[in-house]
Amino acid sequence: MSTVKKFLFLNRKAPYGTIYALESLEVVLISAAFEQDVSMAFVDDGVYQLLKGQKTEGIGMKNFSPTYSALGDYDITRLYVEKESLEERGLTVDDLMDLKWEDEDDDWAEKDSIIVVSSAELADIMEQQEVILSF
Amino acid sequence: MAILHIVNKSPYERNNLASCLRLAKAGAGVILIEDGVVAAADGGKFSGMIKDAMKDLKISVLGPDLDARGISRDKVIEGIDVVDYGGFVDLVAEYDCPQSWL
Amino acid sequence: MKFTVQVNEGPYQHQAADTAQQFVRAALEKGHEIYRVFFYHDGVNNGTRLTVPPQDDRHLQKGWTELAEKHGIDLVICIAAAQRRGIMDPDEAKRQGLDADNIAPGFRISGLGQLIEGGIQSDRTIVFGD
Repeated sequence: MSTVKKFLFLNRKAPYGTIYALESLEVVLISAAFEQDVSMAFVDDGVYQLLKGQKTEGIGMKNFSPTYSALGDYDITRLYVEKESLEERGLTVDDLMDLKWEDEDDDWAEKDSIIVVSSAELADIMEQQEVILSF
Repeated sequence: MAILHIVNKSPYERNNLASCLRLAKAGAGVILIEDGVVAAADGGKFSGMIKDAMKDLKISVLGPDLDARGISRDKVIEGIDVVDYGGFVDLVAEYDCPQSWL
Repeated sequence: MKFTVQVNEGPYQHQAADTAQQFVRAALEKGHEIYRVFFYHDGVNNGTRLTVPPQDDRHLQKGWTELAEKHGIDLVICIAAAQRRGIMDPDEAKRQGLDADNIAPGFRISGLGQLIEGGIQSDRTIVFGD
């Protein structure tokens, strides 16, 4: 399959209250096998999916946040987080998980997967996409 | 590439429309469907937001969903295009990429 | 044009499945091709043959089955989401040691890759959900 398309996965919901965050992550991981140009966008409550320190024993649900750390190994290295969504919620990038990937084209240098972008920048990124999947 | 934004929730219930309008670029299209059609009715709290957005965006609304909710065509904000499902399909084909605000 | 349609919600609870079905019919009427309809999250519940909705209202599952039978539409239910929610075909039920299956005619259970492949092969991918 030689077609490479730009896929964007749009996440707007907090984790655990609904299954969308978990099941959308499962799609993203599968997409890696198809060697497409995949990125993720976290907007509105979607930013909560990336918050560090999630402890789920009390609610009796599996904590799936460690899975985000695996994305770099699957070549999913661009997690766009909307700045306005963070600020509206009193959050900064320091509240988010420290997600990294290793750039083999740069001597395996460790780089940040989370890219904080303004609304305007995210709008530009969205406009370049060929397939936008929402959950 | 121009996006067709699809909003299916009422702005009184969710922030989908607000977020859509914040992130939609000039030249994009927006179609209001399902409960999202209530935003097309004039005289509501969000009518100003919609009219403002119409300067840069082409806004359409799904007629059958308006009818279902008892919102008559004369209540629809002037300039919003009322389309049927066939028109919805045409819009998806016309724009380069659909984006659902779920 | 070729469309892939993703359905995220089950029948009746949300309008998503209805809108998706109406969209598919309108697209076919316009001469477009529906490459695949992919059911994810609670959308897999569109594929049970055990629903008995009121007689004077639409039967969503039969609507899907008819689209598959009359137009050859590929209705795919995601296996991971189906396992979580109890939508089984005979093979999967046997594999899981379950005493029943419930998949409706015209639907098939497959992997998430089918959604990505649909996105790659289609001109437009559209999602209906909550």
